[in-house]
Amino acid sequence: MIKLYDYELSGNCYKLRLLMNMLGVDYEAVPVDFYPGREHKSDWFLKINPLGQLPVLVDDGVVLRDAQAILVYLAAKYDPSGNWYPVDDPAKLGDISQWLAFADGITSTASAARLHEGLFYDFDIDACRAGAHRLFRILDEHLWFAEKQDRDWICPGAHPTIADIACFPYVILSEEGGISRQDYPAIRRWCDRVKRIQGFIVMSGVFPAGPAGGRLNALSAA
Amino acid sequence: MTGCTDPTILNLWFAIGAEQETTPCIVSDTVLLEEDLSFTLDRVGQPLVWRRDARWPAGSVIDTSDVSVTLPVKQAYGYIWTCLGQPSADIFPIEEYDEPDRRNLNAASIGVNVSGPRAIENFLDMGHFPYVHTDILGVQPHTEVKEYDVEISESRDEIVATRCRFFQPMASTASTGGADVEYVYRVPHPYCSVLYKSSGQNPQRMDVIALFLQPVNQERVRAHMLLSMLDEANDERVMRRFQQTIFGQDKPILENQYPKKLPLDPRAETPIRADKSAVAYRRWLSSKGVTYGVIPAAN
Repeated sequence: MIKLYDYELSGNCYKLRLLMNMLGVDYEAVPVDFYPGREHKSDWFLKINPLGQLPVLVDDGVVLRDAQAILVYLAAKYDPSGNWYPVDDPAKLGDISQWLAFADGITSTASAARLHEGLFYDFDIDACRAGAHRLFRILDEHLWFAEKQDRDWICPGAHPTIADIACFPYVILSEEGGISRQDYPAIRRWCDRVKRIQGFIVMSGVFPAGPAGGRLNALSAA
Repeated sequence: MTGCTDPTILNLWFAIGAEQETTPCIVSDTVLLEEDLSFTLDRVGQPLVWRRDARWPAGSVIDTSDVSVTLPVKQAYGYIWTCLGQPSADIFPIEEYDEPDRRNLNAASIGVNVSGPRAIENFLDMGHFPYVHTDILGVQPHTEVKEYDVEISESRDEIVATRCRFFQPMASTASTGGADVEYVYRVPHPYCSVLYKSSGQNPQRMDVIALFLQPVNQERVRAHMLLSMLDEANDERVMRRFQQTIFGQDKPILENQYPKKLPLDPRAETPIRADKSAVAYRRWLSSKGVTYGVIPAAN
């Protein structure tokens, strides 16, 4: 059985819980006391990931760290449809990879702001917020133009990809870092669409989609 | 924002950090009532708290005997407490904490952008369980808050809500399924609340979860959570995860309250029957003349 070293309040861990639930993949969560226990910096955990970061996934003897890397692995291995990560489409893989890197940028800005506010991390909060707004503006424009072409997702195609899963958690949790999404209507409509993907689950701080809305509302609002 | 001038609040004890998270002789910084403070434990584990001093920055190693001017300090329930004014003799009692078979632990200290009184009021509210803590502390259609009793204990000067019952699918880590769970709430301090709920392991006894709020300013708190549980089966990280999951669900609700300070005017927000304990809490704060973290009622 797949083992996920997991912390409930981590958006990076949530990416993997989310994709595994959407793919219908069973896994065992191994809780790590990230806060206040700092167990991700403990000797036993550093042997698993010398970077001292969550999440880590273990499957069939493969040990992987880094949420984006693990999304690639899970989709390539457990999604026979190839929709989430089309391994035989080089252009699309390149496109997805650039958004996976973009997701890392969201982590180092929006997620850092959230850690500062909630768990007292010593970061430059103004720089974190400014950085997040810069990325959100880019993502909002990208999604707005996508909607004009009748596209729902970050990368072209009828089906969401792991780029959507990688970017979603720290966007939807951004208000905990004091980063409002008020000025990003296309991002807000995209978040609503992500919440309506079959198999979507929440984490603490994320609420399910309301009963109405979705693509129809998105179109009329756009 | 100006500092706190509310004498009732200034004279209270406040938890500012968990002993277990404090490294002896290493300086930690925090903020209480807009005052910059530092604290640590000495070599034998005695806490000391002082107003921040450039000589001893956060993270530095300190010889605690160098700090000559310190604030009042107490150790209670695994936390370091201090007071900026004239403190009362004692911190309110939680007798269960000393029972030998209890698992006492600091679940977490989490920053929340809301006033302390708003956070206490949410802690007292059962009505949100099925909607915010879905499938854990509540589930639809079991949404009714049944009649319960609230009184202000004259002898202890605290609010007590009893006969609270709620159907919970997974009341704690020791639960094996859904059950009607009994709750007792105490508010023994304007910024602290203690809840008792039927234990999943032993329904004759109660688990204790306490919330000690440290007001950073009028619209931001550090929420310290104490667990005193009857749970032999689960290790600390599992109990912590449960409590943090619950609190993480409350956090966006708290942070979206408007106004962030709690209005004490009875006409400001319309209560329903289920808000009986909140009504008593607001009246109690008014009767104490509390002004910090609230919008006092106009006379």
